[in-house]
Amino acid sequence: MSALTAMPAVVAVNTFREAVRDRVLYNLIFFAFLMMGAAILVGQISIGIERLVIINLGLSAISAFGLVMAIFIGVGLVSKEIEKRTLYSLLAKPIRRWEFIAGKFGGLLLTLIVNTSVMTLGVLLALVYVGHPYNPYAKEVVIAVYFILLSLALVTALALFFSCFSSPMLSTLFTLGIYITGVFSEDIRGFGEVTNNKLLLAVTRVIYYMIPNFHNFNAIAIASHGQAIPFRQVWQNSLYALLYVVLILFAASAVFSRRNLK
Amino acid sequence: MTAPAIEILGLTKDYPVGFWRKRMRRSLDSLSLQVEEGEVFGFLGPNGAGKTTTLKLLMGLIFPTSGTARVRGRSIEDVAMHREIGYLPEQPYFYDYLSARELLSYYARFHGFSAAERRLRVDRSLERVGLTQAANVQLRKFSKGMLQRVGIAQAILHEPQVIFLDEPMSGLDPVGRREVRDIILELRRQGRTVFFSTHILSDAEMLCDRVAVLHQGKLQGIGAPGEIVSLELQGMEILFEAREGRALPGGLAQRATQTGGRYRIEVPEADIYGVLGQLKDCDARILSVSPVRPTLEDYFFRLVKSEPHPAYAVEVGAR
Repeated sequence: MSALTAMPAVVAVNTFREAVRDRVLYNLIFFAFLMMGAAILVGQISIGIERLVIINLGLSAISAFGLVMAIFIGVGLVSKEIEKRTLYSLLAKPIRRWEFIAGKFGGLLLTLIVNTSVMTLGVLLALVYVGHPYNPYAKEVVIAVYFILLSLALVTALALFFSCFSSPMLSTLFTLGIYITGVFSEDIRGFGEVTNNKLLLAVTRVIYYMIPNFHNFNAIAIASHGQAIPFRQVWQNSLYALLYVVLILFAASAVFSRRNLK
Repeated sequence: MTAPAIEILGLTKDYPVGFWRKRMRRSLDSLSLQVEEGEVFGFLGPNGAGKTTTLKLLMGLIFPTSGTARVRGRSIEDVAMHREIGYLPEQPYFYDYLSARELLSYYARFHGFSAAERRLRVDRSLERVGLTQAANVQLRKFSKGMLQRVGIAQAILHEPQVIFLDEPMSGLDPVGRREVRDIILELRRQGRTVFFSTHILSDAEMLCDRVAVLHQGKLQGIGAPGEIVSLELQGMEILFEAREGRALPGGLAQRATQTGGRYRIEVPEADIYGVLGQLKDCDARILSVSPVRPTLEDYFFRLVKSEPHPAYAVEVGAR
């Protein structure tokens, strides 16, 4: 392990362990029941659209569960450590503050990856159950899940950023606000364009370019209809998410590095 | 020439207070002092004197308004400085989902020890603070005193050269306090530097090579405990038991304080032989005669009492 990643990795593993011990992954049980119930029910009531329903329901649930985890755990990543004063002894160790931030992000991302992977497996098993042992849609499902993970990484970075200087409640509101704005950013820009107001146009454009476009990461409909997701979109989304995550984590580190821990 | 273990140069810390109209309050005012290698240094002061602020500044948890500090020649802003220090925060709190062993193992990773060495150091530290039996119990089940022990264990885990302890005796029972005192003395024997804050003056007098007294963010005095307070004799203390059926002379009976069957009396040095003669006449049994010198505690109380207001930070101006 390189010197650059050694300290963040130590923090990340502990953050993951905290999530597991706090029984965060128990949501998987609920998800398992949801998928089993859906698979049984869909098999009985839908004619020929089992795949569409299972994929839609499964991926939407993966996205929703992940979003709740990313926001509610993310906003406490730093503030909880400050509030409980666990940071005092930790920062007396040879670790830089940016390494702590990177580690916290990595830990929650790891939790989300594990959670999402198990859920994806659940969706694929449900598809097998409804009568598609070989599923030609599996690749699209996996890509759609990858996009969900990219959006969750972005949400985690945002929550972590706000957690560096704000209370958990405000951080939740800010993160959720940006997420919702990001989901509708195309519509917001469209709204600015249809008005003849130059100021409104400028404001909506700034919002469009500043706020991450979460709509780009939604490939659930494409996957459920079995349409191919172009490879270009995969690397574009990857690059887009990476850029935003790095920028947000950089900002979070800059804020946190100047913060007095009273 | 080797660098001092700790060198504090004009450290000042102002905090903003108020919601609408921000004002600055000074909690530490131009603190300068030096601690040599191998010293046990006590940092004394009443609550709100600026002791914890100083320690947090040294640990990089808060940033100074002005001034700087170095530990073993390294700036406190240098992350490498943290390899050479151990720190016990005031009223420590740790990840309560971990056991003591897991927590120490986690902290040991930051020092880059191999797995085998981690295990060895963790076991040794747990044994040193008497927590071997509770090593695998989750910290959420620990008492305050046990958490304090874990805090000390994590501070000495990597055998640092300089150890900062913020109120190390706080929350400990007499046995625990004795054990912490033994740890500090052992660290001194090993040639390590210990910088600890306390308001338990007997501990400071017993353990410290030198002490600094802080009050309202300002350094009031620094030196050996005997140097800080005047060594001038304040009088003599006589401890005695009265013989059954024999009354004490009127003057002595009024001045002496009785605890159980024993009497204690404080007399000026010049009167000592006269009083001893009186006690001999009434057949009293002399238990001890000892000089009375002002203690660090007397100095401390004089210092606090000399201020008309409690020791809180001083407002230094509007922002």
